[in-house]
Amino acid sequence: MRYTPHTASDKEQMLRTIGLSRIEQLFDHIPQSLRERAAISLASGLTEVKVKKRMAALAAKNATPEGWSFFLGGGIYHHAIPSTVDAVISRSEFSTSYTPYQPEVSQGTLQAMYEFQTLMCQLTGMEVSNAGLYDGASATAEAILMARRIQSESRRRVFVSRSLHPQYRAVVSTYLRNLEDTELVEIPFDRNGGTDAEFLAREVDEKAMCVVVGYPNFFGVIEELAPIQEACARSGALFVTVTTEPLSLALLKPPGAWGADIAVGEGQSLGVPMSLGGPGFGFFTCRKKFVRSLPGRLAGETVDHEGRRGFVLTLSTREQHIRREKATSNICTSQTLCALAATVFMATLGKSGMRRLAEVNVCRAHDAQGRLVKDAGLAPAFTGPFFNEFVLRSKGLARSQSRFAAEKIIPGIPLAPWYPELQDCLLVCVTEMNEGEEIERLVRTFSGD
Amino acid sequence: MSEHSPGTDLRRSAPPLIFESGSPGRSGFFWPEEKGEGGEKIPSELLRDDIPGFPELGELEVLRHFTRLSHLNYAIESQFYPLGSCTMKYNPKVNEVVARLPGFSSLHPLAPPELIQGALELLYELEEMLAEISGMAHVTLQPAAGAQGELTGLMVIRACLRERSNPRRKIIVPDTAHGTNPASSTLCGYEVVQISSSNRGMVEAAKVAEVMDEEVAALMLTNPNTLGIFEKNIQEIAEVVHKKGGLVYLDGANLNALMGIAKPGDMGVDVLHINLHKTFSTPHGGGGPGAGPVGVKSFLRDFLPVPRILKKDGSFVLREDFAKSVGRVRSFFGNFGILVRAYAYIISLGSDGLEEASRMALLNANYLRKKLEGAYQLAYPEPCMHECVFTDRLQQRHGVATLDIAKRLLDYGFHPPTIYFPLVVSGALMIEPTETENREILDAFADAMNSIAREAKEHPDLVKGAPYTTPVGRLDEARAARKPVLRWEPAKE
Repeated sequence: MRYTPHTASDKEQMLRTIGLSRIEQLFDHIPQSLRERAAISLASGLTEVKVKKRMAALAAKNATPEGWSFFLGGGIYHHAIPSTVDAVISRSEFSTSYTPYQPEVSQGTLQAMYEFQTLMCQLTGMEVSNAGLYDGASATAEAILMARRIQSESRRRVFVSRSLHPQYRAVVSTYLRNLEDTELVEIPFDRNGGTDAEFLAREVDEKAMCVVVGYPNFFGVIEELAPIQEACARSGALFVTVTTEPLSLALLKPPGAWGADIAVGEGQSLGVPMSLGGPGFGFFTCRKKFVRSLPGRLAGETVDHEGRRGFVLTLSTREQHIRREKATSNICTSQTLCALAATVFMATLGKSGMRRLAEVNVCRAHDAQGRLVKDAGLAPAFTGPFFNEFVLRSKGLARSQSRFAAEKIIPGIPLAPWYPELQDCLLVCVTEMNEGEEIERLVRTFSGD
Repeated sequence: MSEHSPGTDLRRSAPPLIFESGSPGRSGFFWPEEKGEGGEKIPSELLRDDIPGFPELGELEVLRHFTRLSHLNYAIESQFYPLGSCTMKYNPKVNEVVARLPGFSSLHPLAPPELIQGALELLYELEEMLAEISGMAHVTLQPAAGAQGELTGLMVIRACLRERSNPRRKIIVPDTAHGTNPASSTLCGYEVVQISSSNRGMVEAAKVAEVMDEEVAALMLTNPNTLGIFEKNIQEIAEVVHKKGGLVYLDGANLNALMGIAKPGDMGVDVLHINLHKTFSTPHGGGGPGAGPVGVKSFLRDFLPVPRILKKDGSFVLREDFAKSVGRVRSFFGNFGILVRAYAYIISLGSDGLEEASRMALLNANYLRKKLEGAYQLAYPEPCMHECVFTDRLQQRHGVATLDIAKRLLDYGFHPPTIYFPLVVSGALMIEPTETENREILDAFADAMNSIAREAKEHPDLVKGAPYTTPVGRLDEARAARKPVLRWEPAKE
């Protein structure tokens, strides 16, 4: 394919206008030693037909929920996406525009960003939201970096719960590695699968910068946040929650109601396809008093010279293109199209639809968990309440793999690679996309029938 | 049509916010009652009552709202969008079609690797193709955007230097650099040393030598730089940096000028990032998602982020056990959906198509530069690559500034160029037409620019009051920042 519209006569006329005769003259000021080695050695271009064939052949080598029964969560969730979502984000007015630096011709994007910020505030119960970050993992790292900007230099200990998503903890540790004054401390989890509140009460003191916990956490457990908030309030540490399954917040008491200072997470479950884990978007909400330390884009309301309401990118003196090395973050995008998908998703489901979908998830997951314990003899690894995923212990997990493959079932995520102490444990996720018949087969296959 | 509206009249009333319409109880979601519902599965003290203020709309109402909002945007598919350093080229439709194949869009990242072999094959091949195009030895696809690529690249440099002796303290950044360069340096624990470019708009080796010492970890360079000028001393500069044990980082934002013309790998560059949403045509999406792969020379391979994809006996495996790796920079595999689009673009164009793309990008930029140089002052006389930078010096005589010119362009139905960047050029207008625009569009844009230059002379107030035809007039940005209103709130009773 070629997307260059130049005909031979176009090229000739344009060169003549410039005062040249050959295209190569456009770059003959580049050192010869570079030019002579620059040829690209790849295959020749393909027709659109062949591109589609090649891509379809690659796609066919992957397992999708159409051919397989998935019980996979762990930060990326398989949910129903209303057709309105793709219809809107496929509109080239949204997908092929740039960051809205010219607000007069970007009100569509800017108003949608403003609506997104409002929806995220409502869902999390927080006061302020930015327009989006890359993903839940980097949003967690950015939350810690923001806490570092807010807290005094005497507070440089970051407490992160071991029940937080292991990949998020890995990204946090990468981001913090080069900030030598900042120390990471891991908080163990207890028998409920929640953050060990006794450990927290003992360890969090006047040196603590922040405490970071999952809500629900990586094990699907709805953490008990009140004692964590108390430990934070008592010691002056900032309280940070991380949500990988924000649909749960349509039903659960939100982080804001528990007194979180910063509430972040991954937004994929709100209308974005799984797409091997990206692109989704990170969401970032906090108390209003921290707004000038916030990373990322922000849309704000204003008026034009005739008093007409309009929206602009605002508080940009926090950002890299103005503040350069003193910016609050280096980020200069906000996964805007994915945040728009979430905005359309939440607007379509609305107040009652979001709650309904969350309830269906709770019902199906609890029904499946009950059956797996009662009929297939699996043991729950934890006792804490859960939303749509849960951990089960199954002695013969490794042995039963071929049975699951034969049934085309992916029963869950083995936890041992991240948690050696959780041998034989499986993180199982059940959403509205898992029909009753699939759950029957899951139970049957576990039972070995 | 009045003199105020040379284009079509776009001004109309904006739709209300989704929170300001609808009716209690309305929803676009349908799911009948199921058996087994209603039990107390979660303790009630953990539940919320309601989501106050959340929208309550029907499905058509939702669509109409967002469709109307979309009409308020300029976009590549409706307007010429010559934003400098942003490479707003056409985003091919076939890429959108293939990225939506369920075999890509419905993959779960924690599925066993043997069930996502097609995805891993695509990623593996994309790494190899980007390495070939840029002349680097190895590529990671994890970074979610250019800025995260910069951070990743600097972490790789830091890890390598730490292993050699010490991570050092400073990064040299020219004054023409994107703001992300210094911001990423700080985030990686470095101090920034800024150097000025010469009066020819280039970095000079002697200037680098003045500040280059054993405490400098790396020099970050953009090539072509943000003035659209090729840094032709780059090999000499690299030598200066390497001699003192530093590394050279290339900001590959402007790779669209180089394909088949010069490879960064041959320039002495040790690490670079590539913006797939620029050179490789993935949509900008109003501000993401993009992708910022990082390429390195072979001596830096072991420092790349994990997981890495390796080919073993004809199949693809994921490996995390690299002791020297900087670690993980993003969850899962980066912005896979974007990587799929870039892969489709590269195999569509092939070697010859990519080379032609860069050549036509240069042709278009030089053509526009020629057409505008009578009415606008060029920032530098050097030959330009894929973009050119003008100033408002000639228009300032009439009290008309770059911002006014940009706003007036909106009335002519064009998105303005990047303005007031790079910072070293007062009143910069940075124009990058890209290769996918035809000659007629470039002519029309040049006509509009030249017409505005005339207006600036004859009716400066007309230009200063622009825009007239957009959905809103000039917005009060100072007010937005002074009293930030960042979310809708219900009216107080």
